[in-house]
Amino acid sequence: MIYERPLTQHIHINRQPLNLKEYEAKGGYAAVRKAVKEMTPQEVQKAVQDSNLKGRGGAGFNTGIKWSFVPMGSDAPHPKYLICNADEMEPGTFKDRLLLEGNPHQLLEGMILAAYAIQADISYVFLRWAYKKAAALIKQSIAEAYAAGYLGQNILNSGWSLDMHLHTGVGRYMCGEETALLNALEGKRATPRAKPPFPQVSGLFGKPSIVNNVETLCCIPHIINNGADWFKKLSFTEDAGTKLYGVSGKVKRPGVWELPMGTTMRELLEEHAGGMRNGLMMRGVLPGGASTDFLTPAHLDTRLDYQSVAIAGSRLGTGTMIVMDDATCPVGFVHNLQHFFAQESCGWCTPCREGLPWVEKILLSLEHGEGTQADIDMLQMHTQLLGPGNTFCALAPGAMEPLQSALKYFMEDFERHAHEKGCPYVHEAVASSEW
Amino acid sequence: MTIYIDNKPYEAKAGKNLLEACLAAGINLPYFCWHPSLGSVGACRQCAVKVFKDEKDTQGRLVMSCMEGVRDGVRIGVEEATAKAFREQVIEWMMTNHPHDCPVCDEGGSCHLQDMTVMTGHDYRRYHYKKRTYKNQYLGPLINHEMNRCIQCYRCVRYYHDYAGGDDLNVFAAHNHVYFGRDKDGVLQSPFSGNLAEVCPTGVFTDKTLKEHYTRKWDLTMAPSVCTHCSVGCNITAGERYGKLRCVVNRYNEEVNGYFLCDRGRFGYEFVNSENRVTQPLIRGRMSEAVSEEELMHELSVLLSQQKLVGIGSARASLESNFALRQLVGAGNFYAGISETEAYLTRLIVQVMQEGTLHSASLKDIEQADAVIVLGEDVWNTAPMMALAVRQAAMKTAANNAAAQLSLPAWHDAAIKELVQTDKGFLANITVAGSPIDNIAQVTVHAVPDDIARLGFAVAHELSNTLPALANADEKLLQTARQIAAALQQSKHPVIVSGLSCVNSAVIRAAFDIAAALNNTHWKASVAYVLPECNSMGLALMQAPSAERIFDSSNANDMTALILENDLYRYLPQATADAFFSRCSNVIALDSIHNNTTEKAQVLIPAATFAEADGSMVNYEGRTQHYYKVFIPKEGHIKESFHWLNSMRIAKNNRSNGHGLSLDELLHEAEIEMPVFEGVHDAMLSPHYSIHGEHIPREPHRYSGRTAMYANLNVSEQKPLQEEGESAFGFTMEGFKGQPPADAAPFFWSPGWNSGQSVTKYQQEPGGAFKGHIPAVQLFHDKVDKAPVFFKDIPEAFVARKQKWLVLPQYHVLASGELSSYTKALASLLPEACVVLSETDAALLGVRDGDKIRVHPGTTALPVKVHLSLANGVVLISAGLPGTEVYNWGDWVKIEKE
Repeated sequence: MIYERPLTQHIHINRQPLNLKEYEAKGGYAAVRKAVKEMTPQEVQKAVQDSNLKGRGGAGFNTGIKWSFVPMGSDAPHPKYLICNADEMEPGTFKDRLLLEGNPHQLLEGMILAAYAIQADISYVFLRWAYKKAAALIKQSIAEAYAAGYLGQNILNSGWSLDMHLHTGVGRYMCGEETALLNALEGKRATPRAKPPFPQVSGLFGKPSIVNNVETLCCIPHIINNGADWFKKLSFTEDAGTKLYGVSGKVKRPGVWELPMGTTMRELLEEHAGGMRNGLMMRGVLPGGASTDFLTPAHLDTRLDYQSVAIAGSRLGTGTMIVMDDATCPVGFVHNLQHFFAQESCGWCTPCREGLPWVEKILLSLEHGEGTQADIDMLQMHTQLLGPGNTFCALAPGAMEPLQSALKYFMEDFERHAHEKGCPYVHEAVASSEW
Repeated sequence: MTIYIDNKPYEAKAGKNLLEACLAAGINLPYFCWHPSLGSVGACRQCAVKVFKDEKDTQGRLVMSCMEGVRDGVRIGVEEATAKAFREQVIEWMMTNHPHDCPVCDEGGSCHLQDMTVMTGHDYRRYHYKKRTYKNQYLGPLINHEMNRCIQCYRCVRYYHDYAGGDDLNVFAAHNHVYFGRDKDGVLQSPFSGNLAEVCPTGVFTDKTLKEHYTRKWDLTMAPSVCTHCSVGCNITAGERYGKLRCVVNRYNEEVNGYFLCDRGRFGYEFVNSENRVTQPLIRGRMSEAVSEEELMHELSVLLSQQKLVGIGSARASLESNFALRQLVGAGNFYAGISETEAYLTRLIVQVMQEGTLHSASLKDIEQADAVIVLGEDVWNTAPMMALAVRQAAMKTAANNAAAQLSLPAWHDAAIKELVQTDKGFLANITVAGSPIDNIAQVTVHAVPDDIARLGFAVAHELSNTLPALANADEKLLQTARQIAAALQQSKHPVIVSGLSCVNSAVIRAAFDIAAALNNTHWKASVAYVLPECNSMGLALMQAPSAERIFDSSNANDMTALILENDLYRYLPQATADAFFSRCSNVIALDSIHNNTTEKAQVLIPAATFAEADGSMVNYEGRTQHYYKVFIPKEGHIKESFHWLNSMRIAKNNRSNGHGLSLDELLHEAEIEMPVFEGVHDAMLSPHYSIHGEHIPREPHRYSGRTAMYANLNVSEQKPLQEEGESAFGFTMEGFKGQPPADAAPFFWSPGWNSGQSVTKYQQEPGGAFKGHIPAVQLFHDKVDKAPVFFKDIPEAFVARKQKWLVLPQYHVLASGELSSYTKALASLLPEACVVLSETDAALLGVRDGDKIRVHPGTTALPVKVHLSLANGVVLISAGLPGTEVYNWGDWVKIEKE
């Protein structure tokens, strides 16, 4: 079956991405022309709200509603900011990279539209430091857009002006959290902020700001061009649009595909990723990146949309899944993740800063054959005490999702590590827990 | 509004957070990152409680109490099991890396982390991995750094950077390697660094001077005292053990210093332990100069019978001692040990304050001001805590504006700072040569004193056109004046800060005119005049002529001079002081430290320092504050000056059986004699005060772990020391077991709260007034209905003279205190004395940085320091540094290249 794939239609792996002229020739920037000439900012907001576009960064909040909290009108504080969160650092996630490297003008067009909708004055692309290729492309694309009058003063004679800058981070996972990203962008430590006040009213430099994910922003030109109803119909389920799904792990064809929202996990894994490599069985899958709960083969027919995955006991997250096979030690797998999370804790709140290294050390001691049943109880305790609300932001609760579900589905593996005084799986030695 | 804590109703104040409400209600709820002066950031997660939707909700929601505002009817669970378990777990997390070094940690026994650990019940260690370790840094002679103890509450940087404006302490690295320190080893640059020791909830930052002679809090003998190092009069608690003063810590005073002290005040105590102390009566010229008290009194009764007896009072001695001297020598023979210029300027200030048409601003008033004009005063160096208050005014005004914008509560620190960004409330800092607070000022002017005064008068004219306009004013000055006036007109409670550091009466008058012009329409402005010494105001109120006036007197020869706690060589040019001593046939000096003046004395009498004395002082605002004896010195001859003076009075009057006046009798006599001091005795806890017949103990109670008083000699308790006369305080741990009156608490302690943070238990609410607060004794009284009398006499614009320079003092925040300079740690931080010249003047004289020049009249050559924004025709010379000379400040001098 051939589905529409608006976001990736112009992305071809063996070809340079479209430059501005080529992008325009394919209908690019038509949405910007339409919006600034024919639509009020409120109408753009309404169109996006009606489309039921939900944030693709992981939280899944209605994008148009998020925008609607930005103060509008003549007495609104200025400058207002629109920030693209391109700090894609969730382990196992590489969907934004495809959009950034494959069609940068599509992102820019989405950003200009979003900025118009909230009447922003300045916009930033906050890009993961390691995305060097994307950095060069975005820089070049911004320059092209300025030259063509899509950025700068008095865009398309609308009286509205927008500047855009590329900002490359230094490689902290924390910067994916929107308020920590804002602090980093201000040149402060990348620690999260307490909400309220929300970034919509006090964001970058204390001014109204919106932070949207790359994929979210890339949907917007298509919504403006084709309408909310068209966007909704792209999906199999209530959550509208297409979704970039990714698969990594020991499957035959790891990769990323744009598919209708609500495609089943089975279709994704078996048809698109080609199933498990020979001789391996699937034991579990993190459906939306490293900070989501494990699902098991029993959940293969789950539709990959926000609600269905939640019902199955996990989160759609970024929609890019990591598959764990039966030759991989779940304890070692989870240890690897916890090592990452402990290292990426910003050090602001006590539970995350001190709790995650403890968790990591316990998992390592289990792998080294030094763990006990009491240690497993200690892991259980941490999954509860590092839950949402107890910590300052969602990093530690996210880190606990794979752990708590691993303890739920793979407890026997944890217990074997404790009772057999070592890891029953064959794998490379795990080094020290220092970072 | 009413809130329910564990199902019991409590009254709570709107605008507070749940943690503040719980603490105000007397509930023990642990916390770290929150501080009453710093607000909430929600980092440590220690103050978690449950919030319930309604009475039926048993599940509740875990929240950080510091991050939730009080709402009428809100139901919270402090004792709820999961909240308690979480709080215990937070401590366990912190303890995973905290060393088990309490027995060798300076914080032990007054450690907030210890207190909170016990409070949560965490006692058993389950973490059995290696602890994280850090390298410590050298942070200078005042603060010790031990990073392994850090629990990452972020208070240190929030205090040092955000509150005090320091930029050389920061937070580095991430995850559980977060590090608090400097980018490299080195002396902490802020003169408010000592507060780190109290802000830090554990032993990362500790008092390095205490380390030199360490004593646990529970082994200290403590008393409520008042800082003697500048005219602000910050409240301190001083602690002694085995006859040595061990440390000074903040004593909370809502209206004065709040929770903080400056480094001169905190670390400048060591002079009490100086080897240079006068410990015995001396009669010079005898075979054996050290004499007994009997011999001394015999000698004194001869000397005091001399006809030409004069007394030189002191701006750093207590009201009682100055008054006792005045009574001894007679009002007509009582002089102030200051220069005529200083006496003239302080009299002017007393005059305008006694008018009552301006309110005298406390530090709290300054902190809450929405516009501040610093007119000519180098407040950073002459009254450091006032500079910190000025900074708070600028920050708080911006914070209040931001908070109002989004209806944020005042405690929501990070959110407010985010909105504020770099905004500041209005501050015009007008000084001779700049100040560190220039960087928070909207208007910065560097000018010579006369031009500062002219700017002030121009502002006053802008505010009220009945006041005269400046003749021949340049447009730039007028523009600045208009900008300042516009900001003042918009403000609701502005403060004008001025003082003596310009040595210029027109500056003082202009400051008055600005404030008075503002009050023409609404009574809203207040004024603060900084004075040189801790009791300058007390002495000034006695209306004594300056020591230089003695020369006017016809019989100023063969005098017998009684000099009270005063090194005249610090207040008068050397030639003047020498001239004075040449006219004296007898000099009797009372002082605590040997100095140039005591060298001139035939009779030298050992005076008590603040730590060994009771006494009253009047601070710059006219606030009378009483300090109490911390200990009785081993050297039995050391006594409060007023004691000696009382004995002399008896000896002089030949009343062999007369008894000396007690402190309160002396104060009563002073109040009768000088009505200006009416009510001063109310600042003192009566010597007859007791609670249920018991003294207030100066030492922590029996179960605190305290060892015997003289454990260095004998572990059995000795007979406690007895004071001469009565006192509300006892020198042992025996006495009243409950909470003493907070205003006179020898130390803050409460069950489960051993650290200084126990002060909350003495307050009506965190950061608020004390329970049972006694109103301050203010000697200036506001007269709202009285019309001010404006000055109107505007000086001519400054014109540089040929070959002559106007000489002004340049003070230093740590170095300019006489007594504090005897402290080893502070002495090591003293800058080199120098002469500051403008670029043009330096070129004119053909000198560059470091070249030596000589100032006439004067004796020593000093190195040059070229200043880029100093006006031509004026020089600044380091003042108050040990060994530096006193010049005729405000007069003209000649300069020659060495």
